[in-house]
Amino acid sequence: MSADEELVETTVGSDLDADGIAALLGEAVLDREEHLNAPGFVIRPDAVQEVLTKLRDEAGFDHLSCVTAQQYTDRYESIYHLTSYDDRQREVSVVVPTDPERPVSQSAEPVFRTADWHEREAYDLVGIEYEGHPDLRRILLPQTWQGHPLSLEYHQDKPQIVTLDAHKNPLEADHRGNSETMFLNIGPHHPATHGVLHLKAVLDGEQVADVEPDIGYLHRCEEQMCQAGTYRHQIMPYPDRWDYISAGLLNEWAYARAAEDLADLEVPEYAQVIRTMSAELCRIASHLLAMGTFALDVNGDFTAAFMYAITDRERVQDILEDLTGQRMMFNYFRLGGVAWDLPEPREEFFGKIRDFLDHLPGAAEEYHNLITRNEVFQLRCVDTGYLSPEVAKSYGCTGAVARASGIDYDLRRDDPYGYYDELDWEVITEDGCDNYARLLVRMREVEQSARIIEQCVDLLEDWPEDDREIQSNVPRTLKPDEDAEIYRAVEGAKGELGIYIRSDGTDKPARFKIRSPCFSNLQALPAIAEGEYIPDLIAALGSLDIVLGEVDR
Amino acid sequence: MSSDNPRDAIVESTAPLTDTRDARMGAGADDRFNSPLREAFGTQPFILTKFDKFMNWVRGSSMFLLQFGIACCSIEMMHTFGVKHDVDRFGAGVPRASPRQADCIIVPGTIVSKFAPRMKRVYDQMPEPKFVVGMGSCTISGGPFQEGYNVVKGAEEVIPVDIHVPGCPPRPEALVYGIAKLQERVANGESSPVVVKPYELEQFGDLDRDELVEKLADEIDEETLVMRYNWADSP
Repeated sequence: MSADEELVETTVGSDLDADGIAALLGEAVLDREEHLNAPGFVIRPDAVQEVLTKLRDEAGFDHLSCVTAQQYTDRYESIYHLTSYDDRQREVSVVVPTDPERPVSQSAEPVFRTADWHEREAYDLVGIEYEGHPDLRRILLPQTWQGHPLSLEYHQDKPQIVTLDAHKNPLEADHRGNSETMFLNIGPHHPATHGVLHLKAVLDGEQVADVEPDIGYLHRCEEQMCQAGTYRHQIMPYPDRWDYISAGLLNEWAYARAAEDLADLEVPEYAQVIRTMSAELCRIASHLLAMGTFALDVNGDFTAAFMYAITDRERVQDILEDLTGQRMMFNYFRLGGVAWDLPEPREEFFGKIRDFLDHLPGAAEEYHNLITRNEVFQLRCVDTGYLSPEVAKSYGCTGAVARASGIDYDLRRDDPYGYYDELDWEVITEDGCDNYARLLVRMREVEQSARIIEQCVDLLEDWPEDDREIQSNVPRTLKPDEDAEIYRAVEGAKGELGIYIRSDGTDKPARFKIRSPCFSNLQALPAIAEGEYIPDLIAALGSLDIVLGEVDR
Repeated sequence: MSSDNPRDAIVESTAPLTDTRDARMGAGADDRFNSPLREAFGTQPFILTKFDKFMNWVRGSSMFLLQFGIACCSIEMMHTFGVKHDVDRFGAGVPRASPRQADCIIVPGTIVSKFAPRMKRVYDQMPEPKFVVGMGSCTISGGPFQEGYNVVKGAEEVIPVDIHVPGCPPRPEALVYGIAKLQERVANGESSPVVVKPYELEQFGDLDRDELVEKLADEIDEETLVMRYNWADSP
């Protein structure tokens, strides 16, 4: 499919409203629902592929953002959150109810490749089975796990047995019939996997014939933790720990945005500016580490770049510590605003930020000299790890990974929140589609983030003293309306970080689902790495910039 | 003694001793090998000590740490290795990628059911004597994730831990302090006793035949190593 055809396709039907979609889907629709972010269509469990194909090809919904599974007392439900890469504000939820005795519905994998992992997760945690799924195994929990932990009848105290045999010995007789391949384990304890990721690679000579990421080594039950906490204060500390590469405030914003829209809370403008500024500082810190570790992955001689990146991160963390009191786990946002005002003396704080911003262009120049203009680095990264835009869309890639494949998609602009639409900045895209482009996008985004921060500092410096409202009036106990459902996303450090919340009228969410950008991005690794040399697999993994805390949640 | 020119003071006070020592040692030793330590030994450049004590001092002064990242704490651990905090200053800054070359493992993060057997295996691969620093609340109790269905309630359920560094995550300074404390303990010849932990790797065939084992008997081979979690009895 060429890019032009894609364009025609997505413009067709893009003017359809909810009734138009209902007419398009015809008799597959059983019922209509109203979610706070989008119209919901309840469809027959055996019509999933038909409905999603129609929505993708005839209504322009080409981005399966998330699949949420949950159990009600009388049914199981999978929700496919669809949106469009061209117009993020068009959203639709496809709700698939299934029988509680035999929870089987049709798989969406043939339509959207990204549904593969999302449905495996739904099977693993909630227990819904998907007919026609190519490989329906557990994904986050060990294969020998008993029960589905987010289903209603799960008993947490039961013993479990976990095996250590999953890693086959590569020296055994060949694992793949009589072919000339060799099996290789990478991880879960390996310096290049950026945490506890296990890659099962099959090599043909020095080329990667097949690679399968095995995740779940850091599955910390984040969704369960959030479902056990109250909206007002108990959930906010957890987002810091999803994407822990100092991107805490971006994650907090994802939760804050979803919960504020759910409970209909206002955020004062002043707080929005502070949020925007601090979140962009987090983005800089996160991209710096991505760059430093990527340089380390590609060539050990780039240790200097890593050390420089760490040094610059220290500066960012110092600023964030002044603001929030913590280096990494900020817990600074509150529903309806932020926890406290900027630190006094304000001039000193602004001066510190300006010093850092003044330092950045020189540092960026140095990074470009060290890394991107380095011939060895270019040989390693240019034209390796190719990810075409069509494949990226089908895997639901977002963030720098999508933008490096030429997909002009950034939630800060396409679905504006905070103060972004008042500021002057650009969405960075590259059309190299390779490892090099992905790094370049991140490095150029750092410059854009600096632009945003500078404008925010200007605004904050001149903000009238009697108008510094940091929090709106929020009820002590938040109890959103019963059965209100919302899916909201923000542009996290790695891409579209979405939160689905269903309220049951109490002060705790009935279902809290995290759409992690890394989860979808990592899923594209086999498509990127197949046929590449093994060192390029490592480079591809580094350029995806995953963080396992967010992949496994 | 004035701190303005300490050099002079040292030269003046130790010069006769240095001369005597040099005279005793005779020609041959190059100036380059002189060191503050030699100066400190004075006219008697020998020490008497117990071999064990000397070995402990050596071990504590040169720690090879395992490059081992799990979760959030590993980011602060990277900063500890980084320029500003630079744990190398304390003789413990050589991260090794292989457990077979490491003396000390820092456990930086939450341990979940799927990872605990692997961590145990990594620990087992380290040569004796080996030491463990538990970094962060998760390695103490499971931290903020303690209630999770999948979370092991502390590293000490699986491997012995010498030093616990609390915090979520601990600041690099705290980790440096923890490592320094460990070095102190090592130099004093102390370490945590290696005892049987609640969760051990064992062969599936050796487990007591209960309901769960019966159920999994078809899936798991008798000789496969497994870890059995008893969540109800976890602290």
